[in-house]
Amino acid sequence: MITKVRSHLSQNEPLLFEISSPGKQGYQLPELDVPEVDPAAALGAAYVRSEIEGFPEVSEVDAIRHFTRLSTWNYAIDLGLYPLGSCTMKYNPRINEQVARTEGLAWIHPYQAESLAQGAMEILASLERALLEITGMEAITLQPAAGAHGELTGMMLVRAMLEARGNPRRTVIVPDSAHGTNPATVRMAGYEIANIASNDQGMIDIAALERMVTEDTAALMLTNPNTVGIFEVHIREIAAILHARGAQLYMDGANMNALAGIARPGDFGVDVMHLNLHKTFSTPHGGGGPGSGPVAVKQHLEAFLPKPRLAKDGSQWRWNYNRPQSIGRVRAFYGNFGVLVRALAYIQAHGGPGLKAATMDALLNANYLRKLLEPHYQIAYPAPSMHECVFSDSRQAARGVSTGAIAKRLIDYGFHPYTVNFPLIVHGALMIEPTETEGKRELDAFAEALIAIAQEVEQQPALVLEAPHSTRVSRVDETGAARNPVLKFTART
Amino acid sequence: MRYLPKSDLERRQMLETLGLARMEDLYAHLPNEALLDRPLNIPPGKSEYEIADYFRARGAENAMGFANFLGAGVYSHYRPVLVDTVVSRGEFLTSYTPYQAEISQGTLTSIFEFQTMLCQLTGMDVANASMYDGSSALPEAALMARRITGRHRLVVARNVHPEHREVLRTYTQYERIEVEEADYNAESGCVDVKQVESKTDDATAAVLIQSPNFFGVLENVGQLAEIAHAKGALLVFLFTEAVSLGLLEPPRDADIVAGELQSFAIPPSYGGPFAGILATKEKFMRQLPGRLVGQTKDANGNRAFCLTLSAREQHIRREKATSNICTNQALIALMATVFMTVYGKAGLRELAVQNLSKAHYLGAKLKQRFSGAYFNEFAAVTTDAQAANRKLEQRKIIGGLPLKRFYPELEDSVLLCCTETSRREQMDEVARVMAE
Repeated sequence: MITKVRSHLSQNEPLLFEISSPGKQGYQLPELDVPEVDPAAALGAAYVRSEIEGFPEVSEVDAIRHFTRLSTWNYAIDLGLYPLGSCTMKYNPRINEQVARTEGLAWIHPYQAESLAQGAMEILASLERALLEITGMEAITLQPAAGAHGELTGMMLVRAMLEARGNPRRTVIVPDSAHGTNPATVRMAGYEIANIASNDQGMIDIAALERMVTEDTAALMLTNPNTVGIFEVHIREIAAILHARGAQLYMDGANMNALAGIARPGDFGVDVMHLNLHKTFSTPHGGGGPGSGPVAVKQHLEAFLPKPRLAKDGSQWRWNYNRPQSIGRVRAFYGNFGVLVRALAYIQAHGGPGLKAATMDALLNANYLRKLLEPHYQIAYPAPSMHECVFSDSRQAARGVSTGAIAKRLIDYGFHPYTVNFPLIVHGALMIEPTETEGKRELDAFAEALIAIAQEVEQQPALVLEAPHSTRVSRVDETGAARNPVLKFTART
Repeated sequence: MRYLPKSDLERRQMLETLGLARMEDLYAHLPNEALLDRPLNIPPGKSEYEIADYFRARGAENAMGFANFLGAGVYSHYRPVLVDTVVSRGEFLTSYTPYQAEISQGTLTSIFEFQTMLCQLTGMDVANASMYDGSSALPEAALMARRITGRHRLVVARNVHPEHREVLRTYTQYERIEVEEADYNAESGCVDVKQVESKTDDATAAVLIQSPNFFGVLENVGQLAEIAHAKGALLVFLFTEAVSLGLLEPPRDADIVAGELQSFAIPPSYGGPFAGILATKEKFMRQLPGRLVGQTKDANGNRAFCLTLSAREQHIRREKATSNICTNQALIALMATVFMTVYGKAGLRELAVQNLSKAHYLGAKLKQRFSGAYFNEFAAVTTDAQAANRKLEQRKIIGGLPLKRFYPELEDSVLLCCTETSRREQMDEVARVMAE
């Protein structure tokens, strides 16, 4: 039985361009207190455009109804469990939204004098200290705008450091279980990719790694816990193998929510890593961004960090641009400050003990779901799970139902699906990360839903294959969208 | 701990289900030497009240309540109230990338509208769902030009935002791309067309320009496009002041448009988070990095939207992807979408005319460094920019940007910006102090 949802009305809403009507307006500007300048006279007629063809003309009431109606068509963490594996969809505390909008923070111009931005710089310094304590690393940059941006920064640091030592080397080893961003990043940093296969425990094969690492290896890019939610228990040996041949251990911190307060990458041999503040540190995903991807390093990589770096003269913060070995800027200004503010507010709310408690709850939730679901779905690997559990659809696929269809059916039960078909090493993966945000009731309801679907697969597979049945739009034709791309609205003539 | 919903009773029940005695048993399989053997050295959790108080105090240490004449890539425009009303809705704020189209139509529809409006503003055929910001959109445009042309040299105007040029160098340093700069014309402030012409050759993938450029001066896009195209290179057009698009002729002759949307109701917030954009001609669509939303149908024939052309992207193509970019800036792009909706066709133009009028009011009172036409910022000649800024600071006014920070030869110049929020008496004050 479906207990979490019941169907209800949702408003239809055309596109802005379809509700637009000439002469409508939703704005009022103050009267100009200076003489109005004629654009053609000031700029030359050739530089002045005619009207913006097709641009919306709607009233304020039209506008708020439009976006409110659209909003009701979305699923969100505020509505319930959002178990996307590797995405860490946890509660986004509202106090963080409020403090980021504090006038003295939201309206700081990046070029106002350092003496007029001391509060902002103190916030950045506090966040740096906290993140270094959590990761056990020795220096950090807050400049990268997102996780993948952090990866790129981190791999450039490795390259710059190795170049300074005389040889940038040629390859970076990437496990076959890695996020797609990893190999894409490696290429952008000018390296070749060497794939390493996972062993039957879903972990790095130490013997294979030993054979692969040579004087040509720049780094291993590793997610830990890895993308099947398993802690690489041989992590210190892995680090030792790399370091013995002068290679670096890069850790993708996507799964840091499994470790905060209980283990630190800096203590288990990692040289460089990025964090995803929008995952572990609760800043809202916002439908796909903004993120923030700080990169933390050991001392031997510090000289290469992006510039500028925070520095302190007496009691005054300043930006230090005198960084001759720096890889340069990875973006303008100092990073996604508004996101950094939210992350610090989150760390303050939890405090050290709370961060550890959150991690343990995340582990508890993932293992609890695993326990409830294991009789019905094939667990991908027997090794213990950390903050997420990964199943294969092998049993259901035997009945002709794949993970993608199960995911769509889960929507009818009122839940956002898990991550579908990733990691690639698992046949038809169901990658489930509940995070610490869920209580027992929501987890039980989710498990009941997935168990009910497993039974449907046995008894009436068509019900699953044609899902979702209760959404505003039925199954969306993604193949058609790609075959005939329509990427903007065009008025029908 | 108020963000953790479980009671200890619940925890015990769940541990029992797992056959475990203590929470610590959940990670007992980790090697001892990997475990942290002490509590984190971070103070215990704080209440909402204490957190709000801390950030209010830090905010008060910055320039609160100052009038601001800084532009240089970040602009102080009014933010309509509807913007935060919309982006604060949990359905937008707390959702993920819209992979599951059936329960993400809100985000997908708004991105489709965003893409459409960006095409209308820029004169391009296709716009993506946003990039991190303008400064990272520029190198992504350059890498795109390399993929399209198969060439390895770039010519970038020296009056493109200096920090954006730094980011361009960072991104290209390991991609075996050569970046050459074309200087600006010391009189007009425009890029030196002759230098662009002489530096552009058969190996040039793209000529990169910004308009209004870093000095606020408009470039002749058509002429620069002709020069680039004559050598088979692309023209990449960067904008950092999006409000200018409400009034200025769109860069139709460019091949790729990279832009920064901060002006569209995105708070300055010490430099981020912002939203960038890449737009291009239809023929280059498949070389765009980043997310794209497309229109399609559901199983019942209703209009629906979904992420599309993902064969370009890292999660499908891995190392062969157009970029490693994964997220866009959806929530920030939504701010821009609401802003564009509120102002609309007439409002965006009126807003731009107000910006133009204010800047030209102040500009007429000061000695101009350059002769080129400007929109809402300009370089003024001054005897001592630092001293003037210190005096203004005492009057709760943040003055312009001394240009010698990025251009040592412009020691006598300061970059000033006026927006619709600049008040006449403050502009008079700036003019008076700078004349002292």
